[in-house]
Amino acid sequence: MTYRLAPVDTTAFAAERGGGDLTVIGSVVQRSDARGHVTGRTEFFEDVAPPRLAHLKMHRSARHHARIAAVDLGEALAVPGVLRVLTHADVPNNLYTPLKLIGVGPDDEPILAVDKVRYLGEPICAVVAETEAAALEGAARVKVTYEDLPPVFDVEEALREGAPLVNEYHGQNHFIYEGHHCRRIRFGDVEAAFARADHVLEWRYQSAPIEQAPVETTGCVVIPQADGRLRIHSDTQACFFTLDNTALILETPFNKLRIVGGTVGGGFGGKVDVVVEPIACVAAMATDRPVKFVYDRAEEMQVSSPRAAERLYIKDAVMNDGKIIGRKITLYVDAGAYARHSPYGVTKAAAHLPGPYAIPNVWADCHCVFTNRTPSSAMRGFGVTIADFALESQMDQVARTLGMDPLQLRLLNAYRDGDVKAHRKVAEGTALVEVIQKAAEMSGHELPETYRRMSSTTREGL
Amino acid sequence: MPSQIVSLVVNGEHREFIAAPGATLLACLRESLGLTAAKRGCAQGACGSCTVLVDGRPEASCLVAVETVAGGSVRTLEGVATGGDLDEVQSAFVDCFATQCGFCTSGMIMVAEALLDRNPDPSEEDVIEAISGNVCRCTGYRPIVQAVLEAAARRREEAVTR
Ligand code: FES
Ligand code: FES
Repeated sequence: MTYRLAPVDTTAFAAERGGGDLTVIGSVVQRSDARGHVTGRTEFFEDVAPPRLAHLKMHRSARHHARIAAVDLGEALAVPGVLRVLTHADVPNNLYTPLKLIGVGPDDEPILAVDKVRYLGEPICAVVAETEAAALEGAARVKVTYEDLPPVFDVEEALREGAPLVNEYHGQNHFIYEGHHCRRIRFGDVEAAFARADHVLEWRYQSAPIEQAPVETTGCVVIPQADGRLRIHSDTQACFFTLDNTALILETPFNKLRIVGGTVGGGFGGKVDVVVEPIACVAAMATDRPVKFVYDRAEEMQVSSPRAAERLYIKDAVMNDGKIIGRKITLYVDAGAYARHSPYGVTKAAAHLPGPYAIPNVWADCHCVFTNRTPSSAMRGFGVTIADFALESQMDQVARTLGMDPLQLRLLNAYRDGDVKAHRKVAEGTALVEVIQKAAEMSGHELPETYRRMSSTTREGL
Repeated sequence: MPSQIVSLVVNGEHREFIAAPGATLLACLRESLGLTAAKRGCAQGACGSCTVLVDGRPEASCLVAVETVAGGSVRTLEGVATGGDLDEVQSAFVDCFATQCGFCTSGMIMVAEALLDRNPDPSEEDVIEAISGNVCRCTGYRPIVQAVLEAAARRREEAVTR
């Protein structure tokens, strides 16, 4: 065989391994779906081709931020093959937010824009037609008259006094967490730590939005059933989430919908929002025909929700020996024009701060900010990934400034079992010390004896 | 322009169907012939997920107007395995974990088939060059390159024992 298996060390923490039949890690287990993939028999949603399938295409906002003065559907309706042009008035419950299922509000996003658009590419009208070509032609012929509003694209500018208001349903350009303007961590006294530190070191970190870019674009095929139910073939990553949200938007009992899914041609978080199914269901009900709504590549890149752009300021109080005694973090997450999953992503980011390090004084303000950019949402470890980029870059910067080995700096500050985290939780099963030691060993990075003897379960070497 | 009858040899079988003017080979395979292994990732020749072999050459079927290949021979992933068996490329893709979501797999395997048909002993660079028009967002490519090399080795071994 020319391929190699990942080296898995099954000897570490031997006492914590159950023994018995817990033997899968380190062994080769064939993927259950591989045979379908290599024979082409795996059924993706778009492989479903019911008779009389109609096609939906969206007319999207050509503005970042504007009031809608008028919408003219005349020319679109005249395109041969166009069956219906749907507007917000056709959607039973046009306003939603996906996290309402776990009690997060307010509803802040229309399925189809009503009187205002808040980002470039926001859906305004849905054209349903006999063919994809007719749907595209119809969508291109919808005429929208805009009154431009000033847009805001930067998180800190959006929070400034007098910034244009992006989303009226929130009333200000940030999400409110239980009455607070952001998610906060207050642990110990960072200002006192800065006052007695040998060094106070601060840097700024920033990321751009990142599109998940799955090879299969977002989409669904909705097929009305004889019993009045709708069968939804979808590539969503979140079948039940989609079903429940769609039912609320359609104002229909949950049992009127059935989702066939679970086969996702790449998602990476980009397919957890509920963006194609509700309007495709409305179209299927309005025409009593199966309807397909699938993003083209340009839509996938432009309007499917990316990983949020983030900006972090991290300020550390550091002693000459490398101990970090205080860390102050200000995080801005660009949710784009609507909340989607961002309020949760920001909470996750806050839960991850100040990184896997035992720092006795921590202060953090984590802002979920609305701007006139494409709504952002989940992507692989969202909330955590960019925070980690910033936190670990900070560790390297601190090490460089002190002239210290970056791994030793981390070993010195790593959580040990029993440490109290900034969130008042006691750290358990931390293992970071051992992971760093192993990484050093595998990469040939020499560590002094005292560092090699350190352990996450004792305070040896501290 | 009226629709026309197009005939093709698809996976060794003679097929005839009606195609609208400008219909792509991809649309005809998927919609007229029910062969859905070839996928639409971009419809603009950029991702390779729609790759099939036209007279032995890998082509992005989303860019091929079907009338331009009328009378030709087309091979899709459905025509690779015979009688439920996997060929060397398919089994190597399974064993090397060269598929994750599976959406790029059909195009990747067809490109690999074309490569191994003309070069039974490709170098790693040859494989990378061959799959350079195919996007995979899941695997990071490494396992795919290894699978194609492994498939080549298995096929050479087969040829010796045969
Ligand atoms: S769908 Fe043909 S190259 Fe992407
Ligand atoms: S396996 Fe998902 S794109 Fe290649």
